[in-house]
Amino acid sequence: MQRYSVFALARQAFRNHEGWERAWRSPEPKRRYDTIIVGAGGHGLATAYWLGRNFGITNVAVIEKGWLGGGNTGRNTTIIRSNYLQDASAGIYEKSRSLYETMSQDLNYNVMYSPRGVMMLAQTEHEVRGYRRTAHANALQGVETQFVGPERVKELCPIINIEGPRYPVLGALWQPRAGTARHDAVAWGYARACSDMGMDIIQKCEVTGVRSEGGKVTGVSTTKGEIDCDRLGIVVAGNSGVLADMAGFRLPIESVALQALVSEPIKPCMDVVVMANTVHGYMSQSDKGEMVIGGGADGYNNYTQRGSFHHIEETVRALVETFPMISRLKMLRQWGGIVDMTGDRSPIISKTPLEGCYINAGWGTGGFKAIPGSGWAMAELMAKGHSPLADDFSLDRFREGRFIDESVAAGVAH
Amino acid sequence: MLILHCPNCGVDADETELAPGGEAHLTREGPGSSDEEFEQYLFLRENPRGVHFERWRHAMGCGKWFHAARCTTTMEVFGTYPAQTSEPPQEIRDRISDRRPGWRWRELS
Repeated sequence: MQRYSVFALARQAFRNHEGWERAWRSPEPKRRYDTIIVGAGGHGLATAYWLGRNFGITNVAVIEKGWLGGGNTGRNTTIIRSNYLQDASAGIYEKSRSLYETMSQDLNYNVMYSPRGVMMLAQTEHEVRGYRRTAHANALQGVETQFVGPERVKELCPIINIEGPRYPVLGALWQPRAGTARHDAVAWGYARACSDMGMDIIQKCEVTGVRSEGGKVTGVSTTKGEIDCDRLGIVVAGNSGVLADMAGFRLPIESVALQALVSEPIKPCMDVVVMANTVHGYMSQSDKGEMVIGGGADGYNNYTQRGSFHHIEETVRALVETFPMISRLKMLRQWGGIVDMTGDRSPIISKTPLEGCYINAGWGTGGFKAIPGSGWAMAELMAKGHSPLADDFSLDRFREGRFIDESVAAGVAH
Repeated sequence: MLILHCPNCGVDADETELAPGGEAHLTREGPGSSDEEFEQYLFLRENPRGVHFERWRHAMGCGKWFHAARCTTTMEVFGTYPAQTSEPPQEIRDRISDRRPGWRWRELS
């Protein structure tokens, strides 16, 4: 693999940048692999990457229906944080956040991780109590967060109106080491590293069926032919139910559309991420200067990747009260992604009723932040049969009543 | 914007007037049911890519519940029908068969 560095850049500058090689190969599928991962988004590629890095399993194919990172990996608002209430969540999200810190060095690919800090506003008395509790829980879990008062909020983000008539800012849960990263680069960096380890990333190849024999997975049928495997990882947020149906089991998941939008680019005015969960809106400023805004999810099953217009209206209406200066901004683009919602709003990283078939799904509205940690846990689960980070997120928790109830702690903005 | 006809009050209501109520025709388990049955009732969902039957409430209108048959990929609405039934009426199923030959939803087709 061609390493990226300042010297490589200088060398190429003298050669009109004609000597760069492709970041990853695009091979035709082989007849058989030890392990197949369905879904070349962040989570799927991270799973493949850690299978190779931590367990030396490199006879792996990552199969993708569309293009690499074209699903929710390229549609999110790039927020990375780990201020969760429950121990299981704090474990996996904090692992993930810490892996983001060194990701650019690990992958030799600049993912532009920016630990600019995430502030979750408390705009009702209930939220103040809830976030104080989360801050205490985080202290016990070893996650650095603190509850700050309104003056500090104003200091960290001067464009906030803390005396809004309807939703005054009463304080915030502040995680200084949280932040954002370049979402496409995360997928591209993992793809490059996986390809370098000899794994095949096969794009424009849709899985049309899962084959099994005597309750054990034997391979998949695809639009590029039959491919055999011993182990199958399903990592297809949004379409998890469709793949589960092919594999012959049901999931506690519903697919709904979640939307985001960006404004026209403006001068730097905000160097933190602000989430306002009472009003369902979150905002940060990208390096290009666009205000990146995320909103609420639709309430009904939907695979259209569009979302309902009135959710945008609600989100922007609420944010204008908290950030009066955005009232004159024009919005440039809006898009939607299909997210998996589970019964307890926590993810599933689990074995399935089909032997040799594993699933990583249900990240709801907040999967991007979990990419490296989720891949780490999923790889360990697939290689060793269990993983300390993943065990609490098993599929049978719904039957056994062991919920990881974050919906109260994190609201919908997740 | 999604527009559904409320069979209770006859209004063509748009999405902002309605509250989604999730998958339709679930068997409501009670005391004495097994863990598996409760899991089916409370959590496991069809979540199809295509024809779906679901519950809605005309929350900002007459306030009553009804059922809708809808395609989750195109947002096409095949029809709405009253809440007091445990399966979709034949007329709606025929309409779906016209539009989506070979459709399947649980044991219905």
